[in-house]
Amino acid sequence: GDVYKRQYQRRVRGDVIFFLIRLMQHPTLAPTSAPWANDTTLAGDWFYELTPYSWGAIGASFAIAISVAGAAWGIFITGSSILGAAVKVPRIRTKNLISVIFCEAVAIYGIIMAIIFQSKLKDVGHFGDFVPKDYYSGFALFWAGITVGLSNLACGVCVGITGSGAALSDAANPALFVKILVIEIFGSALGLFGVIISIVQASNADFVGNGRSK
Amino acid sequence: MSAGSMLYFNVNDGFLEGIVRGFKLGILTSADYSNLVQCESLDDLKLHLQTTDYGDFLENEPSPLHTTTIAEKCTGKMVEQFNYLRAHSVQPLSTFLDYITYGYMIDNVVLLITGTLHERDPEELKEKCHPLGKFDAMGSITVEQTTADLYNNVLVDTPLGPYIQGALAVQDLDEKHIEEIRNTLYKAYLEDFDRYCRTLGDATYEVMHQLLGFEADRRSINITLNSFGTELEKEDRAKLYPRLGLLYPTGIRTLAEAEDPDSVQAAVAHIPTFKELFSQVGYDEDKSLEDAFFEHEVKLNKLAFETQFGYGCFYSYFKLKEQEIRNIVWIAECIVQDQKSKINQYINIY
Repeated sequence: GDVYKRQYQRRVRGDVIFFLIRLMQHPTLAPTSAPWANDTTLAGDWFYELTPYSWGAIGASFAIAISVAGAAWGIFITGSSILGAAVKVPRIRTKNLISVIFCEAVAIYGIIMAIIFQSKLKDVGHFGDFVPKDYYSGFALFWAGITVGLSNLACGVCVGITGSGAALSDAANPALFVKILVIEIFGSALGLFGVIISIVQASNADFVGNGRSK
Repeated sequence: MSAGSMLYFNVNDGFLEGIVRGFKLGILTSADYSNLVQCESLDDLKLHLQTTDYGDFLENEPSPLHTTTIAEKCTGKMVEQFNYLRAHSVQPLSTFLDYITYGYMIDNVVLLITGTLHERDPEELKEKCHPLGKFDAMGSITVEQTTADLYNNVLVDTPLGPYIQGALAVQDLDEKHIEEIRNTLYKAYLEDFDRYCRTLGDATYEVMHQLLGFEADRRSINITLNSFGTELEKEDRAKLYPRLGLLYPTGIRTLAEAEDPDSVQAAVAHIPTFKELFSQVGYDEDKSLEDAFFEHEVKLNKLAFETQFGYGCFYSYFKLKEQEIRNIVWIAECIVQDQKSKINQYINIY
């Protein structure tokens, strides 16, 4: 009985989706604001419903916001361990601030990228004035922001966890700190990779417009 | 170590993990012990302990010192550290630390009951209790006559309440049955602790499961060895084995049938750890099975510190500290009784 119930539910779901797809393809319901309004593609049109400005601005905000989340995450992970271990072994305090600085660098990458993206956003008019290049620029800035944001999130967390281990090991045996620092350096390279790719992605982004609104 | 524990552990417990690892750095090393065994008197011992983490803890004691004072003060230091951790902790670490105290509580309950049976002074008994195992109803244990009374009046309000389930059948609180009660309480405690650690995540559970499992196996073996020559029936003995550890479930069945020490050794021989421990006892005349167990326990507890972002290190630290106190007391007693030949039988930790 249960097997047939599931098959029935799947059939109903399929029917509903099919209906919605056909509905979207109806001439009066298809989005008209897109330059390609007469095509009957379905979900792709939704991406053109938002102006390239919104894509670009969201990209800039992700670049800084998610990078800062990564940096903060890393700092609290390593900071609490440094605090705990330094009670018994105060000599580790200064050396282990390097871990905190590595995490902080990740946030700075985010700031740089957000400033670069922000400087590329220009007012070229509204729907009807956009040319394909503008849409390209909007999407490029959005995904460049995601790239740098998520890479920096991972990098910050990585450096934080490693830094926590470094603090506890340094407290027990001073010779270990430099060795674990090498691991942190490799970890912080991850954030740099994200920045490099993100710069490449955003390099060709430029808002031109078709000149009619100026 | 799952990703989850690494990402979120330090929010609540990172500071305390750092603290407990700092405490661990103060555990006496072999260099400290080699200084201590060369002491001629307890005042010498006090002098050497001043250079360690213990510091001036014996400052205000009148000389001549007694070993009991030293033991008390060392335990007091450990209790101070425990209270610091407990005060600064939040859930779930605070519950975990509370679980560590339940073992001491069980020992205290049994101590009080035994003391009452021998008509000792209640105040004196209270002072002998382990400070980590204090609970509110300690004073009223002295008047209990049956297990049911013990439960209803004393234990039901303590965390040990649920653990008395298996022992309620035992009617009288007398000499014969008190060990049964202790073992029943401890069995329930170990199983409950293991169940609780499973909810705490992989990093904690992997370490604690191994440690609690060894404790359970050790208890099973000791119960068996101690029951030869007493009135404890095999079925009753089998009920006291904790359902935990490498010996559960098959080793326990064989152990329940054992009749003498050789069959005990045969029952556990299929586990390499215990085979090794028993053979160590065979080779070395001076080493007892208890010593071999203590050594292995120290080894396991040291390994617990290899895991970061878990609670195992908290439990292990207090076990290692207990072993250190036993070592210091052993050395002090050897010095006082002038038994220098036996003084090296302490168990080295670091």
